[in-house]
Amino acid sequence: MARKTIKVDYLARVEGEGALTVVIRDGAVESAKLRIFEPPRFFEAFLRGRAFSETPDITARICGICPVAYQMSAVHAIENALGVTVPKPIRDLRRLLYCGEWIESHTLHVYMLHAPDFLGYEGAIEMARDHPDIVKRGLALKKAGNAILSLLGGREIHPINVRVGGFYRTPRRRELQPLAEQLKWARDAALETVQWAGGFEFPECERDYEFVALRHGSEYPFNEGRITSNRGIDITPDQFEAHFEESHVKHSTALQAHRRDGKPYLTGPLARYSLNFDQLSPLAQTAARDAGLGISCMNPYRSIVVRAVEVLYACDEALRLIGNYEEPEQPAIAMQPRAGIGYSATEAPRGLLYHRYRLEADGTIAEANIVPPTSQNQASIEEDLRHFIAGWLDLPDAALRHRCEQTVRNHDPCISCATHFLRLEIDRGQ
Amino acid sequence: MANNTPPDHGRMIVIGAGNPERGDDAAGRAVVRLLRGALPDEVALVELDGEATALLAHLEDVATAFIIDACASGLPAGSLQRFDVSAEPLPHAAFSLSTHGFGLAEGIELARALGQLPERCIVYAIEGGAFEAGAPLSPPVAAAVAVTAKRLRTEITGGEDHGKSRHA
Repeated sequence: MARKTIKVDYLARVEGEGALTVVIRDGAVESAKLRIFEPPRFFEAFLRGRAFSETPDITARICGICPVAYQMSAVHAIENALGVTVPKPIRDLRRLLYCGEWIESHTLHVYMLHAPDFLGYEGAIEMARDHPDIVKRGLALKKAGNAILSLLGGREIHPINVRVGGFYRTPRRRELQPLAEQLKWARDAALETVQWAGGFEFPECERDYEFVALRHGSEYPFNEGRITSNRGIDITPDQFEAHFEESHVKHSTALQAHRRDGKPYLTGPLARYSLNFDQLSPLAQTAARDAGLGISCMNPYRSIVVRAVEVLYACDEALRLIGNYEEPEQPAIAMQPRAGIGYSATEAPRGLLYHRYRLEADGTIAEANIVPPTSQNQASIEEDLRHFIAGWLDLPDAALRHRCEQTVRNHDPCISCATHFLRLEIDRGQ
Repeated sequence: MANNTPPDHGRMIVIGAGNPERGDDAAGRAVVRLLRGALPDEVALVELDGEATALLAHLEDVATAFIIDACASGLPAGSLQRFDVSAEPLPHAAFSLSTHGFGLAEGIELARALGQLPERCIVYAIEGGAFEAGAPLSPPVAAAVAVTAKRLRTEITGGEDHGKSRHA
């Protein structure tokens, strides 16, 4: 059988480094493997022997795109180990910080990485030449997220103001007012973004995912909630490892997570939205419906609309939090070290981020386990490829390659902690 | 280049891009750290991780930008290249080593497409050799960082001494 292999240097518009190999035999997809070159557990090893107080600064360095998520899962897990709960104003500020990260990360993906797929452009640069005002709107919207991170986090990238027990410094009420003005504009821009993305054409592709996301009784989930699924999982974060496991797959240095029965699952915007639609603000719910979304979304190509809805929600929620903000008496509560194990799951922009720490009596970290969303979504992304590509095999190679890239981009895999680019190989066995 | 207009240091920025946790990828940031205290106070010094839109935000209202980044163009580690991107793009392949799918080269071109590229935009590219997680700069790249800082200081100040704490 003649063999034909197609390679491209890198898959653009994916955060980080990875490689994708699709093998097609006799008109059928034999395999689709996404390889992620993750530095194997570098940070988990790096954390061992460090003081618990160092976790926010160390874990923030894992990812330049979602440092807040790493910090939030870290501080919550440590606080869980130490048996403390932070007061409401601190909790609200953390929620506000998370809003900033969602606005920033989702807007980057919606405008710069994903939208060009739907508008027929090679990338955001080409799109910017024809639609400069749209791209400028995206940049300004992202900047509103940056502004939250700068004010609360101490700086835009790798925030330094977060600590176990709270913050090093909390803002005065008056400091939040300029931010509120910026966010009012951002909320309008986010609504326009939902309307804009909702007008794109989407392939009619649905998959019967098992969605896994946090669910909280009275809010759309950021920092807190039970880990739930649309197939009956309903557990606390300390039970995560009883239901899910990470394992090595031959084709990737990153660990890949499955349910313990071996089945893949999906975390991230589609899962959060589908399990928590009722917790979105009225504005976000209405915008979602007007943009053609139902109360759940099984079409991964529509994830761009769901992300836009989550940006709108994050702007709305940030304004609510600022409006209700009461300055805490202390920026952080005191923590006494003790031996123990702490667990936490929070909702990074790309999905569930699980942390577990075992502490020695003096607060030194004896063991750390971090399960990022991309490793959890990797198996589902591969299933998407196997599932969808089968219907596109008659496309020319270039078009098929683009569809494969787009199918990966739907889930905004963040492998930037792994660096660099995604190589793509289509092997038709010809 | 003949240019009799004195440089407007108040609208000048020096940006070091890279991931500080990935060996030689941190070269650009290391240059900026060496330049702290060694340039006129008005010159802005910024470290970024290389994501395009963050770069773009720092180029607003800037007349002259110097950007230092690690690259992988196939030259020996520590090789230094200087590109004037005011009028033409970076050789893209060399800069695909960004830790983002949307990195330095894209940021510059996006700024150009939106009419936001500074009039003068210079990129210093330091060839990296090792990018392992947690690794320090490799010796040839550390040496190139010092050379780059010196060249930049000369290019920006014309050799004037603005050093206050040149301990690096």
